[in-house]
Amino acid sequence: MRLGLSYLIQQFLNILQLGSLYALIAIGYTMVYGVLSLINFAHGDVFMLGAFIFFLAALWLKLPFIPALIVTVCVTVCVGVLIERLAYRPLRNAPKMSAVITALGVGVFLENFTLALSPYPQHIPEIVKNRAWVMGQVTVSSIQTIIIAISVTLMVILDFLVRKTRFGMALRAISWDISAVPLMGIPVNRIISQTFALGAALGGAAGVMYSLAYPVIDPYMGIMIGWKAFISAVVGGIGNVRGAMTGGFILGTVEIAVTMFLPSTYRDIVAFTLLFVLLIFRPHGIFGTARSVKL
Amino acid sequence: MKVVASAKKLAVPAILLVGCALSCSVSNSNLVDRYVELVVMYVGINFILTLSLNLVNGYMGEFSVGHAVFMAIGAYTSAIITVKVFSLSLGPWIFPLAVLTGGMASALAGLLVAIPSFKIRGDYLAIVTLAFNMIVKSIIENVDFLGGPRGYLGIAKLTSLVWVFFFSFMALWVIRNFVYSNYGRGVVSIREDETAAIIMGVDTKKVKIMTFMLSSFFAGVAGALYAHLLQFISPKSFDILKSTEILIMVYLGGIGSIAGSVLGASVYTVLLELLRPLGIWRMVIMPLVLVFLMIFRPKGITGLREFKWFIPSAEKKIKLFKHKV
Repeated sequence: MRLGLSYLIQQFLNILQLGSLYALIAIGYTMVYGVLSLINFAHGDVFMLGAFIFFLAALWLKLPFIPALIVTVCVTVCVGVLIERLAYRPLRNAPKMSAVITALGVGVFLENFTLALSPYPQHIPEIVKNRAWVMGQVTVSSIQTIIIAISVTLMVILDFLVRKTRFGMALRAISWDISAVPLMGIPVNRIISQTFALGAALGGAAGVMYSLAYPVIDPYMGIMIGWKAFISAVVGGIGNVRGAMTGGFILGTVEIAVTMFLPSTYRDIVAFTLLFVLLIFRPHGIFGTARSVKL
Repeated sequence: MKVVASAKKLAVPAILLVGCALSCSVSNSNLVDRYVELVVMYVGINFILTLSLNLVNGYMGEFSVGHAVFMAIGAYTSAIITVKVFSLSLGPWIFPLAVLTGGMASALAGLLVAIPSFKIRGDYLAIVTLAFNMIVKSIIENVDFLGGPRGYLGIAKLTSLVWVFFFSFMALWVIRNFVYSNYGRGVVSIREDETAAIIMGVDTKKVKIMTFMLSSFFAGVAGALYAHLLQFISPKSFDILKSTEILIMVYLGGIGSIAGSVLGASVYTVLLELLRPLGIWRMVIMPLVLVFLMIFRPKGITGLREFKWFIPSAEKKIKLFKHKV
């Protein structure tokens, strides 16, 4: 194995690519957890739907990349809002366990529904011409550039939304104290819908970019990627948007580092062991704050 | 009164004996269709799984979402015993021993979840159990001795209706007695309010260790039965989807109730078989049923109520399980 500088730069690009995908999905988990304290188990499957809708848009509607991306994001936003409206909202005041089980059920429903329609893994046609630029010993592909550029742009926009706009203020207020927020005249239901919409948009976009980088998609792909993204959110401190972004890149680094030194089949073991150990020693993550329960 | 009391004492061995004899004669004669017999065996195995998860999720109020991992440990341990260790001299008593060893191995693994549960609760414990499920599945995939991702082949078909009945009955009997024992009170008190339970003097650590180990023990037993019924196990058969299936059965039937576990396991298994003509679409309908159930009847079919004859007579006046969950 060569551990030269160019090799490290190459791996760094891979980390950026993988990490930004994890980060995009992790944001969806963390925002929903922030407002509802609910692990949205179906979010990984919204990501999967994103990949499939992109596939349909490219294959049937013959759309080029940017319009296909926009169509996909619109559809996943609708799906995300519908899931909240039909499955989670009726359970807003129910025991939390019911809501979590419902989320699991919605996830399995989305997986099996897609499986029923498409029993075989699908190949994404080459929509973006993949060019590779060689700079010295480092190769940069156009897909890699697109993924990193779009993800970073989306994350910057989101960070601006959460920190500087009225919507972001309402979002943070809800995650601080959901019972006091309606008294201040903030439309809680609308903010929650918008949160789901934003999360699903990022998840859908991540699905599109994932299927550019790894062009074989199947209905169960959302489970593993979803959980990895969820790990990222927990590592960064769930409920914290910047934490989720950092967590995504941390997990990307860990996974790439594992594949540098060990067979790639050990990747999942290391990723989940990281989560296991972290939860035992620092359950609120790196950026999260521990909240004590008042009696 | 004395006659009634002694009759009650004899009830358990009598049911066990009659049930074993009945299931033995059924599987040896051709009275019952083989397919029906197979479905009944699946109901039994699923019942053990459901009841054991119900102990943790329903009675103790913790949230374990990786129950299939204990099934996997039981299945692989027992399969190694019957295939590798006693491959030549497979006496009739090897199988139950293998099943029990599988159960014990997974009870030991249960400790790995029980100890984090001292500090971690709720959603985070759910993630720990899930991570544990993923870790063990990945480890099995990477160990060649266990067949890796290809699965474990060459398991003899040793599970019969008698053994399924025997172990289901054992699970029912042990867990029912555990739930109505002093420890069982501790378990329920953890669900209702852990801090209050500690103040009342419940040794929550001990109760948690016992509950998790008992629960994973029976999951391991079910896994061992499953392995020797299907004759083929692979890491894929114990992934998150399997865990979700067990959760569905628990919440379909009703949490914190043995009657709920009986109903949940039977309704789910039989319904899936009846819907078989629908092909893959039945797997689309099942999660929808779960979602509707959660919205319109969040406590499951029975929802904290119990069959009368499961409740010890001295307890019937106490309304133990009529609280929020």
